[in-house]
Amino acid sequence: MGAYAVRRVFMLLPVLFGMSLLVFSIIYLIPGNPAQIILGQRATAEAIAEVEKQLGLDQPWHIQYVDYIGSLLQGDLGTSIKTDVPISQEIFPYLAATVELTIVAMVIAIFIGVNAGIISAWFHNSWFDYTAMVFALIGVSMPIFWLGLMEQYIFSVQLDWLPSTGRYEASSVIDPITHLYLVDTLIQGNMEQFTDVAKHLVLPGIALATIPMAIIARMTRSSMLEVMRSDYIRTARAKGLTNFWVVYKHSLKNAVIPVLTVIGLQTGLLLGGAILTETIFGWPGIGRYIYDAIQYRDYPVIQSGILLIATIFVFINVIVDLLYALIDPRIDYK
Amino acid sequence: MTKRFWLLSLLLMLVLSVALVGCSDKEKEEETKEPATEDQTDDATEETTNDGSQEGTAEVKDTLVYARGGDSTALDPITTTEGETFRVTENLFETLLNYEETNTELVPGLAKGWGVYDEGLTYKFFLEEGVTFHDGTPFNAESVVYNFERWMNGDSDQFPYYTMFGGFKGDEGHVIESVEAIEEFTVQFTLTRPQAPFLKNLAMSPFGMASPAALEEYGDKFTENPVGTGPFKFSEWKRNERIVLEKNENYWKEGLPKLNKVIYTVIPENSARLNALMTGEVDLIDGVNPSDVERIKADDTLQLLERPSMNVGYMAFTVNRETPMADALVRQALSHAVPKDQIIEAFYGGLAEPAKTVMPPSIEGYNDDIEDYEYDLEKAKSLLAEAGYADGFEFDLWYMPVPRPYIPEGQKIAEVLQQSFAQIGVTANLQTADWGTYLEKASKGDFDAFLLGWTGDNGDPDNFIYTLLDKDSIGSNNYAYYSNDELHDILIEAQTITDQDKRNELYKEAQVIVHDDAPWIPLVHSTPVIAAKKEISGYIPHPTGSEPVTNTEFTK
Repeated sequence: MGAYAVRRVFMLLPVLFGMSLLVFSIIYLIPGNPAQIILGQRATAEAIAEVEKQLGLDQPWHIQYVDYIGSLLQGDLGTSIKTDVPISQEIFPYLAATVELTIVAMVIAIFIGVNAGIISAWFHNSWFDYTAMVFALIGVSMPIFWLGLMEQYIFSVQLDWLPSTGRYEASSVIDPITHLYLVDTLIQGNMEQFTDVAKHLVLPGIALATIPMAIIARMTRSSMLEVMRSDYIRTARAKGLTNFWVVYKHSLKNAVIPVLTVIGLQTGLLLGGAILTETIFGWPGIGRYIYDAIQYRDYPVIQSGILLIATIFVFINVIVDLLYALIDPRIDYK
Repeated sequence: MTKRFWLLSLLLMLVLSVALVGCSDKEKEEETKEPATEDQTDDATEETTNDGSQEGTAEVKDTLVYARGGDSTALDPITTTEGETFRVTENLFETLLNYEETNTELVPGLAKGWGVYDEGLTYKFFLEEGVTFHDGTPFNAESVVYNFERWMNGDSDQFPYYTMFGGFKGDEGHVIESVEAIEEFTVQFTLTRPQAPFLKNLAMSPFGMASPAALEEYGDKFTENPVGTGPFKFSEWKRNERIVLEKNENYWKEGLPKLNKVIYTVIPENSARLNALMTGEVDLIDGVNPSDVERIKADDTLQLLERPSMNVGYMAFTVNRETPMADALVRQALSHAVPKDQIIEAFYGGLAEPAKTVMPPSIEGYNDDIEDYEYDLEKAKSLLAEAGYADGFEFDLWYMPVPRPYIPEGQKIAEVLQQSFAQIGVTANLQTADWGTYLEKASKGDFDAFLLGWTGDNGDPDNFIYTLLDKDSIGSNNYAYYSNDELHDILIEAQTITDQDKRNELYKEAQVIVHDDAPWIPLVHSTPVIAAKKEISGYIPHPTGSEPVTNTEFTK
């Protein structure tokens, strides 16, 4: 297992290398002179030359690439053109905001998705099954943009139950420690701010959870259906075990592997920053950070941001692979 | 495994229920809020605060939450050209001169008076006495000298807007020869040649006076620790989230500012921003969708504020290309075939006015006597026939791929033009390119005709007509490659005299020339709108796009 983990991580090296090359090429693949785009309508020839120098565009590309990798290895992600702040320093709060939202969304998605899937399989072809699967279908195909605005309109504007944007009330002051505000407010023992932060998480959390929830529910259902037809389940029932026990203990354990794969992929996707959700809910996450950078053609941020997200995505999938072995003793990485 | 799974699920449920319970707990806890935030509850929680304040007098809010589409890039205004920065720094820094509240005429700022000598080669400014920076250091003539020395020794990458003064120290075009403190509160500028928009430039947001002591102390970090003389002091900046300003208790204007705190938050999506205003999470928003205007008007808790236009959206002809449009008659013909009112109704929600000249009416020297080419297809046809194109012709019309303040929907507006031109037998093939390429190609003169626009910098007519259509500006912003010596002479003369009335006359004359030659079809001057809570008063949107909230207050 340990050896496999090490091998698996080493196998990542070529993947990461390929990614860095791809990300590095962005600046060449996107049409238009980056310096011109950054400076916009007020660009002068001197200013363009200056920005090109700053971006290193006056060097041959292989030298630029070696420089880029060299500084990456030293933990230097570059400096943002727009803000002039080192990216490694700037990116963390955005990442934390996305991580917090992703965790909440995945918790909602997994809890509801898995249970809905199980019950649908258990009461196969019942009204619950049909309803749940129709909702799952709607969930997969729902435009998040519309869902988010509707949530705001109903729960904030009309009912005034929940705040519609941001991570906390504009006038409150939260001292960041981890930048995960649920954690920070808890550490500081400020329950009032904690509930404020939690309330701000509800609407974007639900919006973000919708698609993974639907996918997880469908996956759980089909996987459970397959398992529940197998012989050992019949044996378990024959032994006189209660239905609940059969379903949640015996079946789920074998059905969970494909579900786990989906959960891993979805978590990775959400951590990449859900641009739409973050935009609608004014969530200062990594997706918007990179999106803004694209608008501004802040190439260092685009490159390093995408590379970071891609790396996280790859690592989550490694973790999921390793989890298989923990859950299913038949899977043995030797 | 099941145990673990259930444990996890339970934990998740716990988190969720805490979040939901929080909703009901909040009201009770509201009253125990710490003093620092007590008086800042917004409308969403107004009911709850009322419980607490009913016994005393009803408290008036003194914290303004201002939501906008994007964050500031910097808080040192001279380092950027970006409007979201100025919107905030207008409150932190002050300029020697200010613009009038609703137009770009000049009024005193940190300089209470000024004089022009030697035919516009020497300027003296008499400064307000007793003004201090937020760090307690005094503002005087030396501070002005320090700021100008800092800027003129930089370059266009560091201080982009300083190029308004013709370049930097050592550049040939640089107009400021020296800045001297001749008395403690008198500063003298010596110019190498007269620059008519000089005073207007000084009123631009980027030229706010920064504390020399703070510049020394923070160096590169000044942009995150801005220190000026403005009505508000900097308190906090969480990037892409919010900027907090606090009242400057020692502000030199008695009784101002009226607010205690201003919070700028970022909500990128227009509809979501309006939602937040309607819930009362924020008090004031900009970037309102034209389609939402009716919704705001119908809501009696909200008000709509119009910002006087300082932009122009236009369709330009690249006049030096070998197309039928090289002929002014053809350009005039096409000018008659543009249904501006229809475009404004359809794509601006009525929030724009038809443009008939290069610059908007908020700019001094605007020539209101010009008669626009009326929408008249018959006239257009006869002009085409006169020019020898009775059977029409074909050309490429380029539209920008991104929404701009002056042209929110390039493609759709181009389609309207295309249809209209088709009716006089002219075929416009619509083309586009990504924004960077678009600007690059336009500046190289690669387009037959294209849509573009301009937002003014300093409110001077020179900044529109010279910048966009003089032959000197070919290669920079004269993408139409329009060159007219008569116009050039007028514009150069207007640049060198300092009598504003005479200048205005010259600019009026210049606009007539441009109108007759029609290198552009000026389309619209768009009017951005701001939506605010009804109880806000004293917020006056300025054409430049940024204004301090010194006089803003809540009335109940």
